[in-house]
Amino acid sequence: MAYLDLNGLQKSFGANQVVKSFDLGIEKGEFVSLLGPSGCGKTTVLRMVAGFEAPSSGVIRIDGQDVTALRPNQRNIGMVFQAYALFPNLNVAQNVGFGLKIAGVPAAEITARVAEMLAMIGLPEMGARYPFQLSGGQQQRVALARALAPRPRVLLLDEPLSALDAKIRVSLRAEIRDIQRKLGITTIFVTHDQEEALSMSDRVVVMNGGRAEQVGAPFEIYNHPATRFVAQFVGTLNTLDGVVTDAALGEVTVQGQSLRLPQPIAAAQGATVGLALRPEVVHLEADAAQISRGDFALPAKIAAVQFLGAVIRVKADTAAGAISLDLFNRPDAPPPPLGAEVALRFRGQDVIVLG
Amino acid sequence: MRTSRLWRALPWNGLGVLPFALFALLFLLLPTANIVAGAFVDGSGDFTLVNIANLFTPEIMNAFWLSIRLSFTSALIGCALGFAIALAVVLGGLPAWVRGVVMTFSGVTSNFAGVPLAFAYVATLGRVGFVTLLLRDWFGVNIYALGFNMISFWGLVAAYVFFQIPLMVLIITPAIDGLKREWREAAEVLGATGGQYWRMVALPVLGPSLLGTLALLFANAFGAVATAIALTGSLLSIAPILLFNQIRGDVLQDPHLGYALAFAMIVITGISNGVYVVMRTRAERWIK
Amino acid sequence: MKRMLSWAAIAVGVVYFFLPLVGMLEFSLKMRRGEYSLDAYRSVMGDPQFQATFGYSVLMACLTIVFGVLVVVPTVFWVRLKLPRLRPFMEFITLLPLVIPPIVIVFGYIRLFNTSSWLPLTGSALGTDFLLMCGYAVLALPYMYRAVDTGLAAIDLGTLTEAAQSLGAGWITILARVILPNVLVAVLSGAFLTFAIVIGEYVFAALLDRPAFGPYLVWAGGNKAYEPAALAVITFALTWACMALIQLATKFSKHTRMPR
Repeated sequence: MAYLDLNGLQKSFGANQVVKSFDLGIEKGEFVSLLGPSGCGKTTVLRMVAGFEAPSSGVIRIDGQDVTALRPNQRNIGMVFQAYALFPNLNVAQNVGFGLKIAGVPAAEITARVAEMLAMIGLPEMGARYPFQLSGGQQQRVALARALAPRPRVLLLDEPLSALDAKIRVSLRAEIRDIQRKLGITTIFVTHDQEEALSMSDRVVVMNGGRAEQVGAPFEIYNHPATRFVAQFVGTLNTLDGVVTDAALGEVTVQGQSLRLPQPIAAAQGATVGLALRPEVVHLEADAAQISRGDFALPAKIAAVQFLGAVIRVKADTAAGAISLDLFNRPDAPPPPLGAEVALRFRGQDVIVLG
Repeated sequence: MRTSRLWRALPWNGLGVLPFALFALLFLLLPTANIVAGAFVDGSGDFTLVNIANLFTPEIMNAFWLSIRLSFTSALIGCALGFAIALAVVLGGLPAWVRGVVMTFSGVTSNFAGVPLAFAYVATLGRVGFVTLLLRDWFGVNIYALGFNMISFWGLVAAYVFFQIPLMVLIITPAIDGLKREWREAAEVLGATGGQYWRMVALPVLGPSLLGTLALLFANAFGAVATAIALTGSLLSIAPILLFNQIRGDVLQDPHLGYALAFAMIVITGISNGVYVVMRTRAERWIK
Repeated sequence: MKRMLSWAAIAVGVVYFFLPLVGMLEFSLKMRRGEYSLDAYRSVMGDPQFQATFGYSVLMACLTIVFGVLVVVPTVFWVRLKLPRLRPFMEFITLLPLVIPPIVIVFGYIRLFNTSSWLPLTGSALGTDFLLMCGYAVLALPYMYRAVDTGLAAIDLGTLTEAAQSLGAGWITILARVILPNVLVAVLSGAFLTFAIVIGEYVFAALLDRPAFGPYLVWAGGNKAYEPAALAVITFALTWACMALIQLATKFSKHTRMPR
């Protein structure tokens, strides 16, 4: 059995079922993200693990122990909140030492542990400061130290970065992940930001409507989305319609051109299926004459060019609809002008079939 | 050029607040200053501390001491009950409409002080009052036979509490709203019980607000005259009634003693209001 | 458990507050022996003293409101627009009436404006009326100032003023046609609160010896049995009405400020 085991969790508020039969096993030391739009039930799952909400049914086990009926203060869990939630009347050292003091740890030991935690989050001199004297990023790091000081069995992070500035958010991502790795603490991270989830996690759980749509490593989730929802929620996606010509061989036609997909298609011959493409797998051929007959290529017209720095995002209109694609910036190759006639190419094996 | 520069340098913007400044000066600052100054001069206009020294007679000291006890007791009871009601409304899990009703009702009753309050009180606990008769006829308890007296320390406390509670509810409710749910949850996750959370986080956070409001309620009761006069007919010797009688021209012979009385009242309400302001600043610093 | 305690707290409050109100109402109806009647109210209403003093206090309340608005609104506007550094000072000044007991302020009036002073306001009835009005405006100042200040904080004063100026409006026009309508709700709240404060006020009126409703109340309390309860009911109803009007005004403002 996994270290943290959620089995058949359900939660209803009145007639509204927010979590529907949720199963998840998390190994010791693993960093798992719950990713989904607001209202998908991810926060409710986290709050059930913390003990703030009692599941309508289902079992939560930590290290084999059934904690479902335990109160939050009996579970030995660490939690970091979106709005920091530092105690305003206590200074940084007192905040970090709060859990130890509750546990009855001797004062000298608390002092040592607090110093250790403050050094770990890179704020060794800040012990005497009060929360209102700290920046948002500092406050959240103190909140992390406070959650970790009593050596909890599991760490829960409830959108801890959403209240911060963009720059601090990115640097704190790496910092949190670093500390988590160092301590080897089992962690659940709730976020609606797919970039955070993909960049930090060992595994990502994409949630929608109270269910887990897909559980997998970031690479897996991004490249092989299991459902249409996952494909559309994670990353940018272009969608095209294809007509199935040979389901068993995985052959479709798009705008009259034949394309061979890597796997068989679960649809009848002649049926229309949804195909999806990430912007980075679409190649732009500026010179239409370069394309030899028989190659798959969609004629297109440049509709918009967004220069983002390292990447240039181009939007091109085709007969099958608008398609976005990403080009790497190269100083010697300026982006195509608006209105230019180009061709778009992509390989069958890069196409995602939407269920 | 020179005149024009001088012309421009004049604080013309200040003219905009001139009417207000005049109003505040004439009808707020000068009258008060006049009293304060009067407390420190004698009949011929020379500086003296005799007036202040004259305050230290048993009669005046008793009146002030009674006033202080009365104001403090009513403030303390008002604080406790008002806090309980505010807690119940904000955190007690009561239906949402209860809060609206309580807040509106508090708004009304906190302004329903003075003479009418005394009348309501007499109609309730007077010799033929509603509750007096109710207790006598239904329960066979004659509170007057038991020694109850409206014109007494506890009688007045009971009346004052009537406007202290709603004031407390109005002021402390926003402070309780300021307690974030996450603080409680963070404390719980860290192993704290409900009692530990209240002792180590919630009460210390609310502390300045509670103390500040206590000071405000104290000042509020200390300056109140009308309720006491309507209730006791200036029989009870509390500081504001003493001053009232002095202004009316009876009791004290020395007019400068009146100034000193008023000055002492300002000092006491000033201190308690100062406590309120300082405490409020502290509370606001924490809860940004 | 928690909910039970909460209901208990509310119940204590209800008993404490409703008993005097019920007692007052019941008592006011008991003038006729053996049955409930409105005799006390009839007696009060028919009393020319009541009519005179009540009318006087209503008039004073209205004058105080007008005077207070004229003093406070332009000042708050000007300070917010041109002299923001004065704001802490204004906060302090407008807090003073809560700090200095009213009885001390009126004592100062009597000493400062007596018949032998440089401004003998208490020498004539009209002068004393003016003094009383100013006193009431001082009592209401903390509430009026805060109401208007919060009201003005909600609008972009600088931009509105500059827009009006660029369209050729003068200061009076700006105040009357642009600023006032925007803070009308705040002003109304302050006005109703002022009314509630002034209508039953005792100390100022008694010590300045003016025939106001408050002194009449005390006189009735000493000389009549059932009428005081009726008077208390009437005052309580008036206070309720003022608070209800404030709530109504606030609701109305929320309605008009709804984004379309």
